[in-house]
Amino acid sequence: MHVTPRKTKTYIKTALKDSVLRRAVLNATGSTVASRQAIIDELPYWEDLREKAHAIKKDVIKHLDTTLQTFEQRCTDNGIQVHWAADDQEARQIILGIAERNRVCKVVKSKSLTTEEIHLNSSLIDKGIDTLETDLGEYIIQLMEQIPSHLIIPALHLTRKEIGKLFQEKLGNAYTEDPHELLKIARRTLRQHFLSADMGISGANFGIAETGSICIVENEANAHLTTTLPDIHVAVMGIEKLLPDFKALPYFLKLLPANATGQKSSTFVNFISGPTHAKLGEGPKEMHVVLLDNGRSRILQDPKLRQTLFCIRCASCLNSCPVYQQIGGHAYGWVYMGPIGITLIPQYLGESVGKTSPYVCSLCTACRDACPVKIDLPAHILNLRSRLAAHGKTSRIERTGMRIWAFLARHPRLYRFATWFPGKAQQLLPGGRSFPAPGYTRKRTLPRFDAQGFRKRFNTLQMPSAGQQTEHANSEDNR
Amino acid sequence: MKAALFIPCLTEHLLPEPGLSMVRILNKLGVEVEYVENQTCCGQPAYNSGYHQQVIPLAEQFIELFHDKEVIIAPSGSCVAMVREEYKHLKLREDLKAPYERLKGRIYEFTEFLVDVLNVDQLGGRFPHRVTYHDSCHLSRMLGVREQPRRLIANIADIDFLEMQGSDVCCGFGGTFSYKMKEISVEMVKRKCDSIQESQAEYCIGADSSCLMNIQGYLTQNGYSARTLHIAELLARSLEL
Ligand code: SF4
Repeated sequence: MHVTPRKTKTYIKTALKDSVLRRAVLNATGSTVASRQAIIDELPYWEDLREKAHAIKKDVIKHLDTTLQTFEQRCTDNGIQVHWAADDQEARQIILGIAERNRVCKVVKSKSLTTEEIHLNSSLIDKGIDTLETDLGEYIIQLMEQIPSHLIIPALHLTRKEIGKLFQEKLGNAYTEDPHELLKIARRTLRQHFLSADMGISGANFGIAETGSICIVENEANAHLTTTLPDIHVAVMGIEKLLPDFKALPYFLKLLPANATGQKSSTFVNFISGPTHAKLGEGPKEMHVVLLDNGRSRILQDPKLRQTLFCIRCASCLNSCPVYQQIGGHAYGWVYMGPIGITLIPQYLGESVGKTSPYVCSLCTACRDACPVKIDLPAHILNLRSRLAAHGKTSRIERTGMRIWAFLARHPRLYRFATWFPGKAQQLLPGGRSFPAPGYTRKRTLPRFDAQGFRKRFNTLQMPSAGQQTEHANSEDNR
Repeated sequence: MKAALFIPCLTEHLLPEPGLSMVRILNKLGVEVEYVENQTCCGQPAYNSGYHQQVIPLAEQFIELFHDKEVIIAPSGSCVAMVREEYKHLKLREDLKAPYERLKGRIYEFTEFLVDVLNVDQLGGRFPHRVTYHDSCHLSRMLGVREQPRRLIANIADIDFLEMQGSDVCCGFGGTFSYKMKEISVEMVKRKCDSIQESQAEYCIGADSSCLMNIQGYLTQNGYSARTLHIAELLARSLEL
């Protein structure tokens, strides 16, 4: 499925017509938001956790170069082969290279949006490598030939019925919509693949520089199987995913599950510090970490937008976003969606591709309160909008209109005339109608312009109330 | 006390009644009010659309006009938030920075002013109806004003206050968003109107005319029975002002 943020407006229209999708998205986000809130209500130090996480991330991003060097060095010491990928193409080449050298026929994958970002699956499959997603949601999405619609719950937009039908069609079992049965069916298929795969590809929630480890947080244990059963393990992570040391981790292990799924803690936390086969006689023989830049170092150099690199991909901003709640993730046209998605799209894919994205937001600021690492998402959205406007990526009519309006607003007398005029003109419309505003008024009425305006009315109001006011003031004095 | 009125565009041109009600209430409380001539627009619509350069002279004009006022009061949270929270991100003229700092601490949204500055949360009126309250995004999240309007409402005699589901979920207006992303905007306001209806309130009270205009526009055109009412109007009506 090829999607692009260029077509966001079309996707939005399609999504809004899909009532099944919309109900699924609203229910799922609603329940996550509610369970998250229940956790917050129990934790008096919630805000301190956020402050601390923000401070840690800020520090890492500030010293990213040296932190990355430490990480690379410690990984190498641990026997992990570290690769640097400047962009998606290079990342794919590195991974395909590893696969070719080792004659890999089958890959199992787990927990990685970053590989979605670099379109890894299709290039593996094109090379004839059997590639299978093993997290249930990802697996469903792969069977559907779609991309994830949520950072944490990739199949969030689907209902049990749809998944039941999908399994029946693609896997040939009898129809069921019982989640336990569906899980069992998926597990049966996936287990065989874990045992026969030559290579496991995972993401990484955190890289820990001090020890050269990666940390993967999960609920299904598929990441555990992916990273321990095959002979080769490749972890793909964005260069911004680092933490300095283990001391920094507890804050994130508390914040991530609460914000992502509304859990107090996740079921599994994996720490991987190198291939274990030589030492333990089991586990992978080779381990690779691919450090992906793909635009991140450009963002790093941008003081105004650098903060977006703090993101831990928890999806809390998506869940709290009333726009996401209406349209789901596919409408954004990329692997990252919702409030964080619309700030990343123009940065990663360029202003021309992403010129609509920052406008898919009503600036309600709910995401700012939701973000565990306190990224000021609305400020970034506004920043991106101001760049789009300054770089001529908005419509000419809008730009001219704004210029005229700004000129008038600086000339109060002209402004008053220009804004008095519609009120007068509207009186000529038949039947007390208001001006039509195409689009806006199709489903909503607009009030009529007030022919006098507040200022005039206020001046006539002053007389009686001034008297009243002296009276009141006097009575105050007399007390 | 003498209060300078900051009248947002919507209040000036489309919905003057909330502004006038605000003035009547302030007068009743012994606050002298002044309309500052030559005020135009705080620049919010342009700012939110990304035209930050165009907003700078407006912000400067605003600061020049208002910086020496004792207090500034507006019947709108989002316009106050624009001045208090967003002007600081603009590259303002050096000589206006200190006046802006002073001004920032003296500009208030109407209910915030009544409750936090005047310490008035009971005006003594009566309004025998079922009402609910919509938390405008900027008022509730940017200015943190949630309790003040609720207290003012709860203290009106005979009023039946019903909290709606998701009172702080955006109504979908968002200024130019309501036009640029009209399809999403309409679905958002529909959700808001459904919540209002489910609460069984006759009136949805709010403190921002822009949200109320959006909500009222959908209510009217789609046959809902509830109506919107600005909190200043509610207070004025309950006092028969
Ligand atoms: S921006 Fe914040 S809330 Fe959104 S996914 Fe990233 S960390 Fe989570």
